[in-house]
Order: sequence, then structure tokens, then C-alpha cells
Amino acid sequence: MIGRRTLLRLIVCAVLVSGVAFGQNGGQLRFCLSSEPKTFDPLLVDDDASLTIRYLTGGVLSRVDRHTQELEPELAESWKISPDGKQITFKLRHGVRYSDGTPFSADDVAFTMKRLMDPALHSPVGDTFRTAGNAVTTKVIAPDQVSVTFPGPIVGLDRIFDELVIVSIHSPKKEAAVAGPFRVAEYKAGSSVLLERNPYYWKTDSQGRRMPYLDSIRLDIQPNRDVELLRFRRGELDLINTLDTDYFDRLAASSAPLVHDAGPSLDSDFMWFNQVATAPVPEYKRAWFRSSNFRRAVSQAINRADISRIVYNGHAQPAIGPVSPSNKLWFNSSLKAEPQNPQAALERLKADGFHLQNGSLIDKNGNPVEFSIVTNAGSKPRERMGVLIQEDLSKIGIKVNLVTLDFPSLIERITQKFNYEAAILGFRNVDLDPNGQMNIWMSSAENHAWNPQQKSPETAWEAEIDKLMRAQAETSDQKKRKQNFDRVQEIVYQQAPFIYLVNPNALSAISTSVAGANPGILYPQTFWNAERLTLTGTARASR
Amino acid sequence: MKAARWVACVVVAAVCALSFGANWLAPDGYAKQFREAPGAPPSRAHLLGTDEIGRDRFARVLYGTRISLLLAPAAAFVSSALAALIGGLAGYLGGIWLKLSRAFTDLFLSLPWLFLLITVRALLPLNVSPLVSVLITFLILGLLGWAASARVLSTSADAARNSDFVLQARASGLHGPRLFLVHVLPNLMPVLTAQFWISIPVFILGEANLGVLGLGVAEPLPSWGSLLRELEGMISFREEPWRLVPLFLLIVVMTSFQLLLSNEEVTA
Repeated sequence: MIGRRTLLRLIVCAVLVSGVAFGQNGGQLRFCLSSEPKTFDPLLVDDDASLTIRYLTGGVLSRVDRHTQELEPELAESWKISPDGKQITFKLRHGVRYSDGTPFSADDVAFTMKRLMDPALHSPVGDTFRTAGNAVTTKVIAPDQVSVTFPGPIVGLDRIFDELVIVSIHSPKKEAAVAGPFRVAEYKAGSSVLLERNPYYWKTDSQGRRMPYLDSIRLDIQPNRDVELLRFRRGELDLINTLDTDYFDRLAASSAPLVHDAGPSLDSDFMWFNQVATAPVPEYKRAWFRSSNFRRAVSQAINRADISRIVYNGHAQPAIGPVSPSNKLWFNSSLKAEPQNPQAALERLKADGFHLQNGSLIDKNGNPVEFSIVTNAGSKPRERMGVLIQEDLSKIGIKVNLVTLDFPSLIERITQKFNYEAAILGFRNVDLDPNGQMNIWMSSAENHAWNPQQKSPETAWEAEIDKLMRAQAETSDQKKRKQNFDRVQEIVYQQAPFIYLVNPNALSAISTSVAGANPGILYPQTFWNAERLTLTGTARASR
Repeated sequence: MKAARWVACVVVAAVCALSFGANWLAPDGYAKQFREAPGAPPSRAHLLGTDEIGRDRFARVLYGTRISLLLAPAAAFVSSALAALIGGLAGYLGGIWLKLSRAFTDLFLSLPWLFLLITVRALLPLNVSPLVSVLITFLILGLLGWAASARVLSTSADAARNSDFVLQARASGLHGPRLFLVHVLPNLMPVLTAQFWISIPVFILGEANLGVLGLGVAEPLPSWGSLLRELEGMISFREEPWRLVPLFLLIVVMTSFQLLLSNEEVTA
């Protein structure tokens, strides 16, 4: 027989459990952006903060499920790809409206495609769509049917639409009208971005409840990760999408249920040299940076195992190339991480006329080898990587000046003014497929960081990469695609335009007040299903 | 009080001696990375443990103290001199000069320094050695930090201008720069000295904050500012109390300076 007190305890427990396990509608989710969003135009997104806002607000025709990695219908109910792989026809969802109530139709898709392909827009997303050439045509067949035709076949054609947010042609709010789960309600420069529930969002759950469940998401602009962690521990934030390793370990020690290590991510940290012909860099330095021997020697001088162990406390593995080894399908397993070998690096440099003189490396014209590496201020891992690299390169006589810059200045330098010598940054890979990297590897691409937007490939190896990337994108033969992309990885390994350093593990922290989260390795790790996230009773009531 | 001043004197002398003896006390230097022991606790080999990338914290504190003890007062001297020139002179001249000086000071104080500093950083070359970067940082701090002190000094100089002793000096035929240098400036010295000492910790912390903009002391050179930045990641002081040594040192040295200052004031 159950006593009254026991029964009361059971009832209290049941109420608590139901409150914890099953969140309800409403409440405000809070997390941080690491920098100011550069743009709210979904077609111009090129930075993490804008990418987050685009993901949470933009409506796309189809979306890769970050957990199953399968493609799911969104604004398009279904689609059909022509046998030659050049055309895709979408059947659009009925009754969808933008956040200001403007109806969604095939005209919006045509308008978006036209805008995307406009060369004057310089859309980074557009690079992915230009792989077979610029002559992409869009035809509105009916208000709910539209076809997009490419000049050549594109493999994984449907998957490239995951990144393309459909903007409205008719809405007076232009790109501020969105068809995603949230819309931008308020933006305070330097402080926060407030997203509120899109009242016209089309998605409902299996019980017919309208999504998203949350009322709003508050994104605080906070470049300082220490402050972000402190606020998370205080309960002011609900999640940290990517967690630094030292904080991960500390949090794991005190509150293990809050942290999640999803294993090696698809992301990578890397370093590169500025090879832009018109960059304000001394000619003799440009000659170093354009030499594959110099780049490979620098790569050989770096101790990646130490970076993994010291900077990431072992929560990373030495990187090999553009594909993380965790991407089993596309990784070229014949390549191995470059081991540190200062002697081999010096031998390689000798081939280009470099020599050591009183411990300093001197080029064939007598110039001492010294360059600066820029990285973003506030990122401790990158600052520490820079210091380790500084020490590693001093062993082969290279003097490195490490400079940390605020993020907007850094981006301006590396994408517009090209006023830098070398940089350390990271890539967030959102797609397993090589087509997702078209906007990096094509020599004409905006994100071809070491020498972007080339009219024609300036080197033979870049021309070969262009050819191979196009070839893999135009065939549906999986074996041929793999061969082509394996070769791309080999060239990148040999030429080292990017010196890959480490693949960090996907580490995140999620408060117990958030229900429905299922962190994975694909970006965005923790809030990929934001429309399904809920807050528990206590958290909801406090906001 | 006399004993406290003696203690302060000994503390400052000891800290100065330790920092200037860094080459002998920490022969491995501030940049050597002991990669097998990152984030190590204090030991015989590393008296204050190592930082996150394995550099000896004791060595970094000694060298950082040397840099900050030399350059923060230098920056404070520059800013105090500017404050005396702008605020003191305007207060002494009075009238339109005083109004103009206050308007200019107010305008200077209201400028969005963050954006201006970002612009300054953008104008600086990237390839500068850490030593040059530290000199630039403190020079900028010195050139920009005069406004608040100038406001205080202009008020004091204004009061001095109308004081009996200046009127008497005027009546005895003393004018112009000589009157300012002989009668007004010495009376501004206590205020100016106080402003000078107040500026030092402000500049040390300012340098630490500038690091976020890429204007701070460049790696691998240490400074009190960069050492204090390490505390950003501290969740609990109990876990690694030895990491608080730079903060403790800053407090002790600044308190000692203040005690010595009060001595000077008493003497004056």
C-alpha cells in the first residue's frame, strides 16, 4: 500500500518529470553570436553570425536533415531531376506565406534565382550554382511549379538548394520577409539580434500544433567566449553551439549532462598565405607565398599533434586536407597528416634558394623571412595556434608576427583590401558532398581565399582543380566523382594553398531547460531543429 | 604611517629589482614553450606553473612587470604633461581660453574611442615587432588619456589664478610664463601627481583591453595587461590561485605607489 506522503512525492516527481521532459509552447531561447552579422541579405551570407540568422529565418526549398543527413522537403513538396542531370523541377507547397503575409509562389523562386545569378551581386551562395556555367535559366511553369535548368549536369542538384533562401519578389519588405520559422524583430548593433516566431510559418507537428514552439530567440553578440560561458553557467544562456575545449572539460567535470562531444567535426582550422597578384604585399614576399615549396615547408614545420593536444586538450585531430576523416564517403584515405619535420622543411626551402644565416632564414635575394599572421581577436584557440606556429617556424629561422584583429577588420582585409600576408581561420562545413565546397575550390569563387575571383586560373594546378571539381559535379557516376575529388585532395595536399591544421571535435553545451535538442556534427550542431525546440516550464516562466 | 611607507618603498624596490633581474632569475625567457607541461601547477621547475601553452608563468610575470613598470608610467607621464599643458594653461589664462579648452576636452571625452582605435589599428602596419607594438600601444594610451586629467587641472588652475598669492605675485610685477611656472604650476603639482598615479593602473588595464582590438602587446611579449587577460577564463579562484599572482602584484605595487605618493604630498 502506498502511503499519502509517498503518493504526494510521486505526484510531485511526475509533474517535475513532465515539465523537464516535455517542453511546451512559448518562451525565449537565448544564445550568442560570436560576431556582428555582416548582412541580413540571405544571398550575401559569408560569415558565421549571418549564417546563423539565415538558418533560423530563411525558407529553403529543401533541407538536409542534420541528423539523418537525408534531404527533406521544405518549401518544395517534391522535386524531380531530369535524366541528364541538368534540370530540376520543384512542386511547391500550397498556402505558404512570408513573415509579412505575402503569399509564396514560383515567381519568388524565379526572382531569387535571377538575383543569385547576377554577377554584380557577388553572392557566395551563387558560386555553388555556377559550377556548370553562368547560363542558369528558371522557368515558371505554374504558380506552384518551377524548373531551374543548368548549362551542364550537376550531381547532387537537389542538395545545393539547402543553402538557397527563397526571397520574396512581391513583399515590400524585400529580403526582410522570410519563410523560415523565425523573423528578425529587432537588431541592436553591437548588442543583440532578436528573432521572433514567424506567425505565418507553414510547418505543423504530427499533432497539428503550429511550429516553431518557441516565441523568440535572442542572439546576443558576444565575441568573448569566457563571458559566454559564464552567462551559460549562470543560466542566462540556453546553449553554446560550439564550445571551447578547456571550457568543455571544466563543464564536463562539474556538470557532465550539459556537455556533448559529437566526435571529429567536418570543420577545420587552417592557415593560408595571400597570393593575390594585386595585394599590397612586397613582391619578394609574394614570390615566397606563391611557391609551393615554401608553403609545404611551412606545413612541414608545424607540429599539428601539439596543436591538437595543447590547444584543444585532445578534442581535435591533426587535419589532413579539405575533407575531415569523419566524412567517410569523401575522405581520401591515402593521405596522411603531415608530420612535423623541420629538417625536411629546410631541405625543401633550399630548393627555392633559401638558406639559414645566424639562425634566420634568408631568401635567395638576401631578404630575411618574416611575415605576419592575422587572426580574429577573442578566439583563444586561434591565438594559441598562432603562438605555437610562431615557435615552430622560429625553428626553421622564420620570424612570425602574430596580429589579432577584430572580426570585421579581419574580414575586410582578407576579402576586400587583401592587405595581409597570412591568416589563420576556420571553415564551417555544412555539407558532406564536395559540391558544397565549390565556392572554395573554383578559382573564380569568392571564397577561394588565397587568391579569389580569378578571371582564369592563374596556375596549372588551380586549372586542374577547376576541371576536376566541374567534372565531379557533372557526372552521376559515384566512383568517378570520388576519383576526381580524391585527386583534388591530393593536389591540395601537394600545393598547400591552405595549410590544414586540425579538425576540432564538435563540442557543445545545452542547458537542461531545453528539450528536443539532438546535437550532431553538422552545422548548426545544436539548433538545427530550432522549430522543434522547447523550453521547460521553469525556464519558460522566467522569460 | 612611516612604517607603511618604508614597507611600500621596500616592496617597490623589490619588485623593480626582481623584474630587472628577470634575465638571471628566469634564464629560459618568457617565450620558451614547455609543451610537455601546458597549464601545469607550480613546481620547482616552474614556480608559478605554466600558462596554457606551457610557458613559464614566473618568467612571464617578471618580464611583464618590467614592461608595464616602465611603459605605464611613461604613458601616464605623457598624458599628465598634455593635461598640464592643455588644462593647466587654459585654467591659468581663464576667459575664452578656459571655455575653449573645456569644450575641446568635453568633445574629446565624448568621442567614440572604440571605433577610433579600430581605425588606428587599421592604419598601423601588420609587420611590427612585439616591442614596437608595445611602445605604440602605450604611446596611444598616453596621447589619448589626458582629457579627464585636463578637466581636473583646468579647474584647479582656474582657482589658483584667482587666489591671493597669484594676485600678490601679479601686483609685484610677475607676468606670463614666469608667473605660471613659478607660482601656479607648483601649486598644481599635488593634483597633477595624483592624476599621474591614478593613470598608471588605468593604462595597464587599458592595455589589456586593447588586446581585444589587436592593439595590445603582441605575442609572445608579456605585460601585466596580457597576464591579466589570462584571468578571463577563470571560473573559480580556488582551483588555480597561483594564476592570480599578476593581479596580486598589480594591487600591491599600485598600493605601494599610493603610499609613497601620500608621503610626497605630506612633504609638499
